[in-house]
Amino acid sequence: MTTAPDSARLARRPGVPLIDGIDKVTGKARYTADLDHSDALVGRIFRSPYSHADIVRLDVSKARALDGVIAVLTGDDCPHTYGVLPIAMNEYPLARGRVRYRGEPVAAVAAIDAETAERALALIDFEVKELPAYYTSEAARAPDAVLLHDNKPGNLERDVHHEFGDVRQGFADADLVREERFDCAEINHAQIEPHASLAEYDPATGRLTMQTVSQVGYYLHLMIAQCLEMDSSRIRVIKPFIGGGFGARVEALNFEIIAALLARASAGKVMMQLTREETFITHRARPQTDIRLKLGMRKDGRMIACECEVVQRGGAYAGYGIITILYAGALLQGLYDLPAVKYDGYRVYANLPPCGAMRGHGSVDTRHAFECLVDRMARELGLDPFAVRRANLLQAPTRTLNDLTVNSYGLPECLDKVERASGWNDRIGRMPPGKGLGMACSHYVSGAAKPIHRTGEPHAVVNLKLDFDGGVTALTGAADIGQGSSTMVAIAVAETLDISLDRIRVVAADTAVTPKDNGAYSSRITFMVGNAAIDAAKKLKAILVAAAARKLEARPEDIECVAETFRVGSGDQSTLPFADVVAAALVDEGAITVKGTFTTPPDAQGGKHRGGAVGSTMGFSYAAQVVEVSVDDAAGLITVDKVWVALDCGHAINPLAVEGQIEGSVWMGMGQAMCEETRYLDGLPAHASLLEYRMPTIAESPPIEVQIVESHDPYGPFGAKEASEGALAGFPPALVNAIANAIGLDLNELPVTPDRVMEALIQRRRQARLAKTVKAAS
Amino acid sequence: MHAPPPQPKKRLLRLRLNGRWREDAVAEKELLVDYLREVAHLTGVKTGCDGGECGACTVLVDGEAVPSCITLAVRCEGRHVETIEGLATQGRLNRLQRAFHEKLGTQCGFCTPGMIMAAEALLRRNPKPSDAEIRSALSGNLCRCTGYVKIIESVHAAAEPAS
Repeated sequence: MTTAPDSARLARRPGVPLIDGIDKVTGKARYTADLDHSDALVGRIFRSPYSHADIVRLDVSKARALDGVIAVLTGDDCPHTYGVLPIAMNEYPLARGRVRYRGEPVAAVAAIDAETAERALALIDFEVKELPAYYTSEAARAPDAVLLHDNKPGNLERDVHHEFGDVRQGFADADLVREERFDCAEINHAQIEPHASLAEYDPATGRLTMQTVSQVGYYLHLMIAQCLEMDSSRIRVIKPFIGGGFGARVEALNFEIIAALLARASAGKVMMQLTREETFITHRARPQTDIRLKLGMRKDGRMIACECEVVQRGGAYAGYGIITILYAGALLQGLYDLPAVKYDGYRVYANLPPCGAMRGHGSVDTRHAFECLVDRMARELGLDPFAVRRANLLQAPTRTLNDLTVNSYGLPECLDKVERASGWNDRIGRMPPGKGLGMACSHYVSGAAKPIHRTGEPHAVVNLKLDFDGGVTALTGAADIGQGSSTMVAIAVAETLDISLDRIRVVAADTAVTPKDNGAYSSRITFMVGNAAIDAAKKLKAILVAAAARKLEARPEDIECVAETFRVGSGDQSTLPFADVVAAALVDEGAITVKGTFTTPPDAQGGKHRGGAVGSTMGFSYAAQVVEVSVDDAAGLITVDKVWVALDCGHAINPLAVEGQIEGSVWMGMGQAMCEETRYLDGLPAHASLLEYRMPTIAESPPIEVQIVESHDPYGPFGAKEASEGALAGFPPALVNAIANAIGLDLNELPVTPDRVMEALIQRRRQARLAKTVKAAS
Repeated sequence: MHAPPPQPKKRLLRLRLNGRWREDAVAEKELLVDYLREVAHLTGVKTGCDGGECGACTVLVDGEAVPSCITLAVRCEGRHVETIEGLATQGRLNRLQRAFHEKLGTQCGFCTPGMIMAAEALLRRNPKPSDAEIRSALSGNLCRCTGYVKIIESVHAAAEPAS
């Protein structure tokens, strides 16, 4: 357990700008495509034009013979699969035997320039025998469907069946039972930086260096070792600046492994830059999801039974699929006190680009369904949406039915804050025509308590180096992808040592230099790496205090260190500046290195049931939000006028960055709710540009008023939890609930594009007419 | 020995780049973004899309915000092209750079150079823009991190008279 440093000092700080912010605003920050590659070959990928086909002939001889082509590779050059879970690695970097989606990599070229590489791609002969292709979960699950993977009957990657508590009894005891279906479209991360990798192989030493966009460098490191059959110690993976991730770059990606294969085959350096279209095709984002949700509620709003069936169209390969379908069920819990929950989840293979992890991983679509249905039932029972949520609160510390630990719980305060800020009680029911208010709650994990590779290592390791210059270098494998994780590490170290932030430099995400880190996923960095950084800083502080004690001829327990000055606490006036203490500590020792670690205790790692580890975490963030909309029901146009959001992040280590993360996640939820959608025409991506994939622009983006709630988690670093994902899932249901409030229309499909709204309005008019006719006839 | 590959027709381009005149031989079909990144090594200019979609490549041509990925380099003959690298003077951040840094108008930073250049064009013609004017001027620049809230705050902060 960590204790907060001097609480007065930490109370209500405005926060600090990112430590790498100046590089970003001056254009000095080097992203992968900006690295010097003047001497590099150009890598290009030949992609399948078929959705599902057996490969009959793949002839690259003409491409290979072209002047200026250095290497051409096919699936024959890599017989190893890669993936996420050790039990579900079913993807080859370059297809072998069969292709399963349009755009799947089939061959790759390294050439002296882009024109030559493009010409080589055009010379590749690719002959196939086409197979039936499936673009919906329903089609892929049909009894006579051809299997995408022979060992997966029914084209099911995984089905999950969990039941906790007595669901049947719960529904029997309920005063109101309602069941609805929801359909949430597939979406994409659409980070602004297209994918890129710079791979360099040195044949003399047999070493490979990858500079690439990975959020989790060590996964890629392991997958390269596996696919290239290389000794892991000869590989180095470096993360330059990254232009956003949101989960897109958590998995090792095919183009990264292909770049590595090309670099080795051409005994040199290969720059692989994907187009925006290829970046979309690489995908790994949130799957199209069908949800059937049934809730049982008592008259007072108490929820007593929940039954949920989820079908995710996962795309052609496993990727993160098993984890996504488990999250969708596990995170039904942990937000409210639910006495009975049944979950059936189906992850389906289809002939589309593989889905994967995306911000709010697995939890967003089911939370959307849940918060919409709760609102509708509250309306039927004549209850206020806030009152219903308050009737179902948890009491921390507690464990949920599925064994998730809840150690801190700021949801009640989040509810109070957004209720007050939005003027809810004065305005709800009194909104002018076409205007509405809606609300919803959400939560997310602060790091998966059980890591994907169960090696017994700590969850996070941070090294600190202090040397003659008085600078403290923090070494962390954690990938800063714009969320400010390196700044968080610097603050944690500076606060613990009580030294100036300017003394800290952070070296991050280089597998040759920094300790292994599980990376930027599941919002784990603040909680886990933050705790490891504090642990390391405490050890460094003990060394400095001992040195100061020797110098001041006092006992270490009497030494105080405040603002870079060491002194004896008992009224003695002798003081030592930081530089003198560092010099004293280095005598006989030289440069000091210390290591801090963080490990989650076994009892926080989830239930013993199959899949029970997914969803487990040391700390959930909690959020509530209110959305105000205007609806133009002549055109089906929805405008978001304002959002009020409160998020419990335990303690805001950097309030400025916490605000930025909350705003960004709410806005990303807005994109999913209002306009974002990937669409395929016979498997061909029809959305694969930033014009066709519609994200809200600055013109449509509303003011977002953020309030931070600090519940002081007993295990978080200074009490902190995550702040980057928890608020996302609340936006879509709050919006749909606001639309219902504005025009009395319940929408069950995301996104709520104008055509969907119009369709629902026409449907409603038709039904009203029909009802009138029936009434007149009877 | 192979014969050298055929070269596209080139032309001598003379332009002022971040205040300095320079001359380069460029292909007639060369895009401004490629010229800036590959010839002038100004990699602050970003490519985020397949052409004219995201605004990450925005630069100023004679003070006007232009997407350099759909502009031919030769169209800039005799004109003044400014990139993010030209904004700071002697290491001192320009008002927008300072505001985007301090107000967290930048997260991952990839859209930031284009965003700041578009905002710079706005502030030069309208020193005190309203929310609506900022939204209109930056609507061709996509950001995926911030939700735009702190971008608008940053532009307002930069527009404040220096205290």
